[in-house]
Amino acid sequence: MTTWTAILIASAIVLATKLAGYLVPASVAAHPRIQRVSDLLTVALLASLVVTQTVATGETIGLDARFAAVLVAAGMLRFRAPFILVVVGAAAVAGILRLLGWAV
Amino acid sequence: MAPAVRATVNMSLGVAGAVSLYGISFGALAVASGLDFWQTQVLSLFMFSGGSQFAVIGLVAAGAAGPSIITADGLLGIRNGLYAVRMSSVVGVGFWKRLLAGHWTIDESTAVAIAQGELREQRRGFWLTGAAIFVGWNLMTAVGAVLGDALGDPKTWGLDAAAAAAFLGLLWPRIQAFQPVAIAAVSAVVTVIAVPTLPPGIPILVAAATGLVLALVAGRSKS
Repeated sequence: MTTWTAILIASAIVLATKLAGYLVPASVAAHPRIQRVSDLLTVALLASLVVTQTVATGETIGLDARFAAVLVAAGMLRFRAPFILVVVGAAAVAGILRLLGWAV
Repeated sequence: MAPAVRATVNMSLGVAGAVSLYGISFGALAVASGLDFWQTQVLSLFMFSGGSQFAVIGLVAAGAAGPSIITADGLLGIRNGLYAVRMSSVVGVGFWKRLLAGHWTIDESTAVAIAQGELREQRRGFWLTGAAIFVGWNLMTAVGAVLGDALGDPKTWGLDAAAAAAFLGLLWPRIQAFQPVAIAAVSAVVTVIAVPTLPPGIPILVAAATGLVLALVAGRSKS
């Protein structure tokens, strides 16, 4: 499968899911159990993505500048910093650590 | 401008501004992960869901195969469908209007809408946030994709860490109770074990499957 095919199919599915939500009777989709399971599935996916983006490089696991940056991000989120500050702060931490040669 | 209207406009534009800036990061990282300009732009134009878009480029960079990219992305997009159900009574009536609303149903437009009191302001918040992010996110994606080459290695600018922090920022408000914290922790451990042992793109699916099983069990014990 080419990258283009994957991009177009994935985009179509994501868009179709959004549209489908407007067709579903509220009584079905707003069912508490469906909401809860979907929320928890999203949590599992996001947690997996955080880990992959933080400590994985290809198929190896290791700690580098990203790990320090994400720790700082977690601290900022803990103190309710706005999303954009957290993102920019994490980038700054990783960039500075690399500039100083303290981490790769 | 009435205070309620001003509050809605301020929140919508504030959120949209922040998210749009972060579109630069997406554009630059997408190009660095191996996508070309139009592949990057098509994601922002048609998929238009930050979490799913970053997942695509993360998986492409990791060398994942098409089917696992599509599956992980489809699963990650489920929450948008639930937002759509929530927004169904907010966005107004008419086929084209609801079609556009569907496209613009994302974390931020839903969050801003829900944060408003009256229906009128909820509707204003949804549409203003959706429209402003759609325009800003796409412009900044293009800027990032063009700058991407000029910037050189995105790691120099910490853009890879920005993507990780962004996922954490999306996760954070969802892990304020025991069950989600436990599921996030299990998912993280499963991912760490799976990354070196399974082909690229599969670890996230294994983590999702584990999370789904736990969620179903937890859902049953709760009800």
